[in-house]
Amino acid sequence: MTVDVTDRAILNRMQDDLPLTAHPFASVAQELGINEDELLSRLARMKEQRIITRFGPFFDAAAMGGAFCLCAMAVPSDEFETVLTKVNAHAEVAHNYERTHRLNMWFVLATETPEGIEAAADAIERETGIEVLRFPKLQEFFIGFRVAA
Amino acid sequence: MIDVQDREIIEALQSGLPLVPAPYAAVAKTLGMDEDALLNRLAELKSRGVIRRIAAAPNHYKLGMTANGMTVWDVDDSQIAELGTQIGALPFVTHCYERPRVLPDWPYNLFAMVHGSDRDEVEEKCAEITAILGDACRAKDILYSTRILKKTGLRLKTKG
Repeated sequence: MTVDVTDRAILNRMQDDLPLTAHPFASVAQELGINEDELLSRLARMKEQRIITRFGPFFDAAAMGGAFCLCAMAVPSDEFETVLTKVNAHAEVAHNYERTHRLNMWFVLATETPEGIEAAADAIERETGIEVLRFPKLQEFFIGFRVAA
Repeated sequence: MIDVQDREIIEALQSGLPLVPAPYAAVAKTLGMDEDALLNRLAELKSRGVIRRIAAAPNHYKLGMTANGMTVWDVDDSQIAELGTQIGALPFVTHCYERPRVLPDWPYNLFAMVHGSDRDEVEEKCAEITAILGDACRAKDILYSTRILKKTGLRLKTKG
């Protein structure tokens, strides 16, 4: 699996907003100096290879009246896979990372109502018997989406 | 708040936008809507902030950015607004939030995500953050991610 110069240019551009027009890929392809077919086939290939994990709208649960909350758990290593299966089974778990700390499982809950956060976190605690620490954002300083490819 | 039609649109798009020349026409068709009506709705959802952007989520690992450090800092509350803004503006910080401490286990109230090609690079970047925070920072840690366990984005429950 290789990412060439054209792929990198596409990745950098596609982390910015896609135009809301009938043929958005044609205009992005033009910006990049490639044709639309090539852009679409490269995007499809990068998605297939999981270089792009997702392509589409990024929703803000808070703007829909819902909420996000970062959560963490200290999961014993011999229970890790079992707990992971239980945690990931919740549709509210939007992403989940293993990290180097006693608190080794960090996930984001995204729910349609603020009450949904507590309900989901409480359910995970009940099912796993492990405390779910909750770190809701108090203040957001910046979101720089881009990673230079 | 979102209405029934917004909800249908969000459900249709939450797994992603089709990679075809006229993606909105394709989605509109599955929803039994007119393409222009869908584009207008999406524009409205964007103006309300429900849709932040329509874009690709890259996999940092596959791009060689194998070190992902969640750097966490215990910063004096009276200075966090000012210092958080400075940290959030650093080019290598992709997300920056103030979050509550959970004492005694967790003394940190500032979270800044730092990506690098390896841990040394993340640590060099961390040194810059340390210099900015100065005496206002009492403790810090870096939690590296060792595995993506799930990454789906927001999923609405399919019914009710």
